[in-house]
Amino acid sequence: MSMTPLRWLKLATWLLCLAPAAQLGWLTYIGHLGPNPVETLEHGTGSRALQILLLTLAMTPLRQLTGRPEPIQLRRTLGLFAYFYMCAHFAMYLVFDLELSLPKLGEDLVKRTWITLGFSCWLFLLPLAITSTDGWQRRLKRRWKSLHRLIYPAALLACFHFVWLVKKDETEPMIYLGILLVLLGWRMPWRNWAKGILGAQTST
Amino acid sequence: MLIRVRPQHPIQPSEITPEGVYRDRRRFLAQLGMTAIGLATAGCGKAGDAAKAALPAAASPADQAAAAGADFKLDRKTDMAGKEAPTPYQDVTHYNNYYEFGTGKDEPAQYANTLKTRPWSVAVGGECDAPGQVGIDDLLKLFPLEERVYRHRCVEGWSIVVPWDGFALGPFLARFKPNSRAKYVSFSTLYDAKQMPQAGRVLPWPYREGLRIDEAMHPLAFLSMGLYGRNLPNQNGAPLRLTLPWKYGFKSIKSIVGIEFTEQAPQTTWNLSAPDEYGFYANVNPNVDHPRWSQKTERRLGELFKRPTLLFNGYPEVASLYSGLDLRAFY
Repeated sequence: MSMTPLRWLKLATWLLCLAPAAQLGWLTYIGHLGPNPVETLEHGTGSRALQILLLTLAMTPLRQLTGRPEPIQLRRTLGLFAYFYMCAHFAMYLVFDLELSLPKLGEDLVKRTWITLGFSCWLFLLPLAITSTDGWQRRLKRRWKSLHRLIYPAALLACFHFVWLVKKDETEPMIYLGILLVLLGWRMPWRNWAKGILGAQTST
Repeated sequence: MLIRVRPQHPIQPSEITPEGVYRDRRRFLAQLGMTAIGLATAGCGKAGDAAKAALPAAASPADQAAAAGADFKLDRKTDMAGKEAPTPYQDVTHYNNYYEFGTGKDEPAQYANTLKTRPWSVAVGGECDAPGQVGIDDLLKLFPLEERVYRHRCVEGWSIVVPWDGFALGPFLARFKPNSRAKYVSFSTLYDAKQMPQAGRVLPWPYREGLRIDEAMHPLAFLSMGLYGRNLPNQNGAPLRLTLPWKYGFKSIKSIVGIEFTEQAPQTTWNLSAPDEYGFYANVNPNVDHPRWSQKTERRLGELFKRPTLLFNGYPEVASLYSGLDLRAFY
């Protein structure tokens, strides 16, 4: 099997996405997670999930800017890795913070806005992860694209999950939110709106 | 706002607990602490065993070395954390909040080396008959230094056990002869943008804290100049800080330069910053949640699972300070 440029690119994407998991795994193994290991793991997986989610959303603008197909060919891999880190993040919280107690999860979901936001994000992305295969894409036809637009509200939920939990210094979550707003803003039909406004002006 | 204030005078001789009773109480506390730990770990089965396994068994060689190179001659040592092993020196000194040096937990240890702790003096004034200024080296000679092992609970939900070195706050404050109008004590941290590159961001500065005078005079209120037998590292609030084990950590103000006796309740930094989240009292209380997170449990550094948080952080002897006070309204 010869390595086409796309295969190399995919391999690089896999390695890049797996590196943080490998790093956390190694730090756990040698016991170098710092004074609060659970927090290091929870924050580590959570911020990777958000970073890769934003990277996934950057693929469409990147395709449009470069005119090349590769970003779209890498999009699914990135999206699934974002979900992989999100699942790890959620699992750590369930095990170490809640000790797998459903009543505690219920209480958090009702009482703590940031948990509600984070859980909703995970839930929104669940059907997207399931229907990410070629088979589901064929079966759902045009509805697949509408379904996968759920990533937009999910990314907003992820950012506000972060904003809501920080004690006071909101700099870091605000940077992520800013990047997300740029990525979402890119997708707005500015040209059509501009045409609409200009058209309305010329017709009066 | 109705706040019951106890007599403004420093501790009356009749209020001082005889040492025998004091020691007995401590033994009782130790047992109480052990029982609580036993119940907590028994309650969560395998999780509890795992948590116990993660508990630091004893002071590490580094800690023992730290203690061996002691900076103080300690008059006595008192365990007030139920015989629980103290959190390792490395963790106590590399995971904390000191926003003047950054908002990350590892940033104080990284950046606090710019703080100059000599020369250093504390100005004491306000409603008192003997205001004055004390240099840190004179202050260290005022009373015999003692060590107290206290639990320390951060409002964020993590906690540590620390051997603090210093002396009781009450007798120190009494030297300045607070007058009858002294109903509160306010404390302030050094505010110097040159030494504290991050001060000026995020919070209203300088960092200020306050106590009711009877809280400040309580025998548990402690002025720490060291930990683990060594001078306080800069990041932990050198050269002197409060240690108030029954209150959330942010009340235990670091690197104090000013103390003022006041008639009105003083402004406090976190309360100014987010009054609905951080009250004046900030007593550790598992029954009063932070608006955004639960205070029912906490994670002791070194443990994987959370443990139940105790009312007043397991120091019931302070409860009488708040009898008649609605702890939900005055959080």
